[in-house]
Amino acid sequence: MKQTKTTELLVGMFVAAGIAALFVLAMKVSNLSTFTQTDTYTVTAHFENIGGLKVRSPVTVGGVRVGRVSAIDYDTQRYEAVVSLELDQKYDNFPEDTSASIYTAGLLGEQYIGLEPGGSPDVLSDGAEIELTQSALIMEKLVSKFLFSKAAEGGQNADAQ
Amino acid sequence: MLEWIRQLGRGGFEFFEKLGRGNLFLLKTLVGMPAVLARPHLLIVQLLSVGVLSFLIIAVSGLFVGMVLALQGYNTLVDFGAEESLGVVVSLSIVRELGPVVTALLFAGRAGSALTAEIGLMKATEQLSGMEMMAVDPIHRVIAPRFLAGFLAMPLLAAIFSAVGIYGGFFVGVGLLGVDDGAFWSQMQDKVDLYEDVLNGVIKSLVFGFVCAWIAVFEGYDATPTSEGVSRATTRTVVHSALAVLGLDFVLTALMFGDN
Repeated sequence: MKQTKTTELLVGMFVAAGIAALFVLAMKVSNLSTFTQTDTYTVTAHFENIGGLKVRSPVTVGGVRVGRVSAIDYDTQRYEAVVSLELDQKYDNFPEDTSASIYTAGLLGEQYIGLEPGGSPDVLSDGAEIELTQSALIMEKLVSKFLFSKAAEGGQNADAQ
Repeated sequence: MLEWIRQLGRGGFEFFEKLGRGNLFLLKTLVGMPAVLARPHLLIVQLLSVGVLSFLIIAVSGLFVGMVLALQGYNTLVDFGAEESLGVVVSLSIVRELGPVVTALLFAGRAGSALTAEIGLMKATEQLSGMEMMAVDPIHRVIAPRFLAGFLAMPLLAAIFSAVGIYGGFFVGVGLLGVDDGAFWSQMQDKVDLYEDVLNGVIKSLVFGFVCAWIAVFEGYDATPTSEGVSRATTRTVVHSALAVLGLDFVLTALMFGDN
């Protein structure tokens, strides 16, 4: 009988340790703690080009994370990308003329949306659209623009001579 | 030449025969599950030998794997000035891959081989036929509890491995190499997804547990009842489990993470 008790105790401790480890993985390692289901509201924004933006990318204001990208779609009427932003209900007083831009964290980092509050007295509500947007910077476009302008300069210099 | 083709055919038949036997055996074991639930004590005893006694090797391996990952990752990341991402590197590689796979390999070596040897010896010493004589189904009494114990213990062991491994990485990264404590955890929490990463890791370990436990009990039950047969069956358990785990890992990874 003593033997059985010890066995049961050890097995119980083992199972508890396993479940505790799963709990640690869920709470401490994964995004569950930052991702508590708080109340959110959704606004949309049209971008000409979203670059490498992904669903669940962060949305920040002044570097503070206030929400995340909940959906990315393509508007065939306007030929632009539509991004839905899920913002925390805590931050519900952004002016209507807030602008949204796609930035890159670091030189090669992930892309995120930065909001820039404007000065309008009206606030963005659920379902509203952010009118002022700025697309992602595409490295190839920048490089080709630079190269073309250089080439044009070179051509002018040659003409002058 | 003709003899060679004959042998090839015989080998092929034997392979398919064994595969069929294995599947029928699995079916019988699964049908025998209610008998185990009626006698939970049998399961608890097996969980002790399969799970609790594997705990030490799993925890120690997890600790060292995490520590080595942190050291290696740090050396590469520091060149890019990205040593703050160490937590992400360690946790993603452990939770997604190393946790389930290394645990399964260790599990096959530590617990699977023991299961095979035990059942094989029971067969060689005619304990299984003895049970049948007494109208006790050995599948209900011997096989099913061991199978279920292996299946249940594996995800728990993999979770322990992952958690201990991440703390090992934390100890080396933050304690020895001087990565920032807050950045280590916050970047990890930012990048590791509960469903995509943690849950998929658990699913992997469930699949591996199922396969390892199945191979171990089947090889034991199917062993030639001699001392040589038992030793061969034990070897086969370890080899087949390792191959199955690595092959399945590729398939599961392609299914889970292949689309992005």
